[in-house]
Amino acid sequence: MTADLTTDRAADPATDRTAALVRRPVLTRIRTTHGPLYLACVVFVALITAVALFAPWLAPHDPNAVDLGNALAGPSGIHPLGVDASGRDTLSRLIVGARTSLLGPLGVVLVSTVAGVAVGAAAGWYGGWLDSLLSRSSELALAFPGLLLAILIVSVYGQGLPAPVIALGVAYLPYVSRLTRSLVLAERERPYVEAYQVQGHSGPQILVRHVIPNIAPVVLAQSTINFGYALIDLAGLSFLGLGVPALTPDWGQMVFDGETAIQQGYPLSAVLPCAAIVLTVVAFNVVGEHWADRVARRESHE
Amino acid sequence: MTPGARSPGRAAAFVRFALRRLAEMAATLLGASFAIFGAMYLAPGNPADFLLSGRAATPAALKALDAHYHLNEPFVEQYLRWLGQMLHGDFGRSIEYRTPVAALLGARLPTTLLLVGMALVMVLVFGLVLGWISAVRGGAVDSTILVATTFAVGTPSFVAAILLQGLFSVELHWFPSGGSGSGPGQLLWHLTLPALALALYLIGLLARVTRSAMLEALDHEHVTVARSRGVPERQVIRRHVFRNSLGTVLTMGGLIVSTLVVCTVLVESAFSVDGIGQLLDLSTTTKDFPVVQAISLIIVALFMGVNLLVDLVHPLVDPRVALGTRSVAG
Amino acid sequence: MSDTAQSDPARLDPARLETVLDIQRLRLRLPRTARPVLDGVDLTVGTRETVALVGESGSGKTLTARSVLRLLPPGATTEGAVLVEGQDVLSMAPRRLRELRSGAVAMVFQDPRAAVNPLRRVGDFLTEGVRLGGGRGRAEATERAAAMLESVGLEPAALRQYPGELSGGMLQRVVIAAALMGGPRLLLADEPTTALDVTTQAEVVALLGQVRQRFGTGLLFVTHDLGLAAAISDRVYVMYGGRIAETGAAADLFSRPRHPYTAALLASTPRLDGPRTRLAAIEGRPPDLRAPLPGCAFAARCPLATALCSEQNPRQLPVAGRADHLVACHHSDRLEGSTLHG
Repeated sequence: MTADLTTDRAADPATDRTAALVRRPVLTRIRTTHGPLYLACVVFVALITAVALFAPWLAPHDPNAVDLGNALAGPSGIHPLGVDASGRDTLSRLIVGARTSLLGPLGVVLVSTVAGVAVGAAAGWYGGWLDSLLSRSSELALAFPGLLLAILIVSVYGQGLPAPVIALGVAYLPYVSRLTRSLVLAERERPYVEAYQVQGHSGPQILVRHVIPNIAPVVLAQSTINFGYALIDLAGLSFLGLGVPALTPDWGQMVFDGETAIQQGYPLSAVLPCAAIVLTVVAFNVVGEHWADRVARRESHE
Repeated sequence: MTPGARSPGRAAAFVRFALRRLAEMAATLLGASFAIFGAMYLAPGNPADFLLSGRAATPAALKALDAHYHLNEPFVEQYLRWLGQMLHGDFGRSIEYRTPVAALLGARLPTTLLLVGMALVMVLVFGLVLGWISAVRGGAVDSTILVATTFAVGTPSFVAAILLQGLFSVELHWFPSGGSGSGPGQLLWHLTLPALALALYLIGLLARVTRSAMLEALDHEHVTVARSRGVPERQVIRRHVFRNSLGTVLTMGGLIVSTLVVCTVLVESAFSVDGIGQLLDLSTTTKDFPVVQAISLIIVALFMGVNLLVDLVHPLVDPRVALGTRSVAG
Repeated sequence: MSDTAQSDPARLDPARLETVLDIQRLRLRLPRTARPVLDGVDLTVGTRETVALVGESGSGKTLTARSVLRLLPPGATTEGAVLVEGQDVLSMAPRRLRELRSGAVAMVFQDPRAAVNPLRRVGDFLTEGVRLGGGRGRAEATERAAAMLESVGLEPAALRQYPGELSGGMLQRVVIAAALMGGPRLLLADEPTTALDVTTQAEVVALLGQVRQRFGTGLLFVTHDLGLAAAISDRVYVMYGGRIAETGAAADLFSRPRHPYTAALLASTPRLDGPRTRLAAIEGRPPDLRAPLPGCAFAARCPLATALCSEQNPRQLPVAGRADHLVACHHSDRLEGSTLHG
């Protein structure tokens, strides 16, 4: 048994803050001996973020330029990754698609983190009826699997990113708020809080200036993992034609377009967006888990 | 730890707990149903316009809408009437197909049930076995499984669907690429790839959770004690490591089932399987709102039901778990 | 502590008893350490004997006991032999080892809450050794379990209960009953009272004594508690840094220790009788496993240490006049003639 058990057991001996992390099954820790894997993932995350940021300047062709005569051609000098069933350059679509494919999850994470921290911090700090009210309401969102809530919203508002992004943000909110709440509850007992109170700082001041920055690392680690979930959900929506508007390049959309290509025996234009999705989600998961791990271990050493 | 808790006391506490959880579940369902009902008011304009969504506003159509939604009544009354009807199994009429929603669902339900059932079996078998092997063997086997599950967890079900389709259907011709065939034998064969696509992500997740729980349990002293008394190693693992991990695995039950059910939307669309998931996709695209509402409510109710079941069964799996807490440690 | 051990008729001359446990020059190495964690341990236990193995944490006493059942840490390598009724445990075939574990040798563990699976019933715990390791039938095993429970003073109804429903003391009795299930000739007790409160400690110790008398087992009692060792054992081994520092008859060792470590341990034990003195702790810490140790393990902390002590590991030699009292110290003669109030 050569497993580095300290990393695998990091969840339990620490405070119940990491117990709260497990409620949404956080993927179990990869051992730190996978150092090279972690580094590779960090590099990939940075790379893909850069691609998304600079997409219009990086794409060699117009991602929407149709060229039916050249449909489903393989890799060539002009089209390094081939073209799809409508003759559109796959590489350009991947690059520009990175924008929408990453922007959506970013929005989800922003909404769920900001709102979740606000709700969880208020509930944990003030307790009492506010806590009951906030906790009960956010539990309600837990009844809806994220994708379902997004589908429900899209059936009302139709295609387009903003609606499902907010819906997913609401669906993920309870996970963030529960984590925040238990963290805040634990922090509230710490001596420095009392010290500040005695000095006359008000509750909200202490909360915002000191408590939240202290718990931020744990919350951010969880949010990084949520990014992966959001990517999966949004890409799925786009696959169904319920997410991004029809002509926007998007990885999920590309997978859908690629289905016909696969059935005709030209899998490349389908496999590549699949790979993009999987690699991005894996990279964000590994990075997020690693941070969560490091934070948990720092806690257990204090 | 209360020494010698008496049986009648325990049974009574159990019943009280079950009733309380049932009440909580009802309350949450109520809230969820309210949200599902109220969603149609989120759309701009009045609900009738939204529900018809560009279709002809014939008197017959309006009458059908009214029968289900009672749009002229006050909001709360509308909701209560609608809820009452839903609880009685009257799911309204599909605006697109103009047939009762219940009939639409009924026709498609067996296929989806079979699909989810197959996927669930795959998740449990592969997930638990891979997790076990990974935890017990360690070394290179563990590393391999860990890397594989990392990628499995990064693979959404629709990606898995497309890739599996490409490889096993188009390339190797082992499985059909879509539809549900004719007859039960054909059905199983047709549903194999979709079930695998559904299951892949959860297999990865369950394998990791099982591995982690078993690794933790392996450290416990009672495992060494069992070995010290001559119990063969495989029995030690089964009775003391695996058995003690089941509690943790069980708490994932709700997530597993709900993920399976929701992802049928993606997989059934990819494989053109005529199940409930495909219906949800179609009715969302065509804005057939009564259908969307009905399916959403069913999914939420199912999710809550499974969670309740898990909560009730958990004390049986782990006698230390006080009724009402979902402990993590095995 | 009572003096029942002094008048115990079972404490006979060891030379005339059969040896149930014979550890010969046991050396145990763990990966990534510079010196063996057990370094040449010799130890015997006769039938009906109570032998105490005393040492602080890190001395290797628990590992020594566990090696009798071949419960070794992963990656460990061994030299020497651990003979149980003549057969070497370290080189035994797996099936024979299982027979041994479910029969001839049994261990009583330190923390009963950790030693018993909280998810399985007490009856399951009691019978699993003889059923799954020894191949007995369920009915037979359950009957025997009920009998063992009674012999430790518990009701057979406990069979149906879960460990969480029993108190710590009761659970330790269950552990002892379980150890008896296979009819062992040798009991290994690894600090069986450390996790319990003082009253329960006394009960458990008394119980072990009864059990030993009734079933005629040998007992290796591992502990850090000198007072306890003195009260219940016939012979004592004092262990430090993976080596045996001193061994002899209990009364002898405690009234006339010949090793500076034993003397220091005795001096640091709080006493209820006699004048109140400062609690004398032994300065320093046990030697690090990552550094090689050519000399005596105790040299760094020993008040009598000389240059010789750091260079040469002393061999175990008999004390003048007593063949059964061995000590590994270059300067044990300096302690001769001094006695401690026992």
